[in-house]
Amino acid sequence: MSFDVSVILGALPAILSGLQITLGIWLASTAMGAVLGFVVAALRHFGPQPLALALRLAVEVLRGTPFLVQIFLLYFGGPFIGLSLDPVPAGLLGLSLYAAAYFSEIVRAGFAAVPRGHVEAAQCVGLSQAQIVRRILVPEMTMLVLPQAVNMAVILLKETAVLSIIAVPEATATISAIGSQQYAFVEALFLLAVIYWGLVEACGRAGQALECRLSKFRFA
Amino acid sequence: MTPRLFELMLKAAGTTVVISVASIGIGLLIGILVCAARLSPRPWLRWPAGLFVSFFRGVPLLVQLLLIYNLLPAIGLTVPSVVAALIGLSLCTAAYQAENLRGGFTSVPRGLLEAADMVGLSPWQQFRRIRAPIALRLTVPALVNEAILILKASSLISVVGVIELTRTAQNLAASTYEPLLFYAVAGGLYLAINWLVAAGGSLAERALRRGRLA
Repeated sequence: MSFDVSVILGALPAILSGLQITLGIWLASTAMGAVLGFVVAALRHFGPQPLALALRLAVEVLRGTPFLVQIFLLYFGGPFIGLSLDPVPAGLLGLSLYAAAYFSEIVRAGFAAVPRGHVEAAQCVGLSQAQIVRRILVPEMTMLVLPQAVNMAVILLKETAVLSIIAVPEATATISAIGSQQYAFVEALFLLAVIYWGLVEACGRAGQALECRLSKFRFA
Repeated sequence: MTPRLFELMLKAAGTTVVISVASIGIGLLIGILVCAARLSPRPWLRWPAGLFVSFFRGVPLLVQLLLIYNLLPAIGLTVPSVVAALIGLSLCTAAYQAENLRGGFTSVPRGLLEAADMVGLSPWQQFRRIRAPIALRLTVPALVNEAILILKASSLISVVGVIELTRTAQNLAASTYEPLLFYAVAGGLYLAINWLVAAGGSLAERALRRGRLA
């Protein structure tokens, strides 16, 4: 087995463009998933019964099936119900929905973990329902769910690799394509593994640093 | 969908279950070894085990599978794709299970070990009678969770050419031109299997709680 570094250096621009798409899709779907997850958790808590039930079912389905099957259903099944998407938007939508399901559970657990006494105290001093949500529930919940949210972001970063299967030109797709063009699979895949490894470790460290920085706001 | 095609899907679901169970089992064995190495006082054992866990948890499973699938022939080992898939899934779950076990072992209450010391149990007796049973019991929920994750993750081995549930759905979707139907059925089968695993897991947890000491 030979290990040829020039394969990697020669294809640097393509590798960088793949990485850019990976990072873009990852950040966008994490942000959209977090916002949508928050909305789903709120609707499940405050919304009408039938809606809450439907959302619960959707969350169960998204969490109980492989992401690959979801993305196949969306990308190959979508056109049959009038939803023809290109690979990148399909990947973005699929990953955001998948993320939203997990984030909604994280947020739900976070709200449940805010001490009742804090809410009661806020009611006693005359805060309105909206004020309680904005000033008590959301800040306390954010601190409580931070570790799981960072963990979820890491899972999503790794999940973006699956999008290469529906031909999204992200890091896995571009770098393994370079490997097959130059017949240097092992070099290319090693590079890919190291890139993801570095990103995941960096993301984990950043999460820990963020927790440290924000720990002074922790009061629950 | 004709009954014959549904039968094909069910058979493929069986393959998914067999491969997942096998990799969970192999992964548990490797995970126990890695966990032992990580908790060892010797740095030359602890350090590589930490690297193993970090790598297999830090790289997407798809990339691991592609790497193993291409690496084995490159070093002169020609194995069927099922074997490459099993190696990949087992190593990946081993890293996660080693971490779960480590969490179990480090949460065994100190007081129990001190008490065991006081009544004169040897280190091996302490391990066999106190540490291992309590740590394993603490790890069961995480193990069930991991089983569900691996069942879902096993869909990725379709990419290296193993004919399991997702690959079968893909083949049938392509040949019948009915992707919505076949992917939905595949999703439904995954849901059903996961539901069974979760139900079995909560039964096991209840049984363990009945016989619990700590």
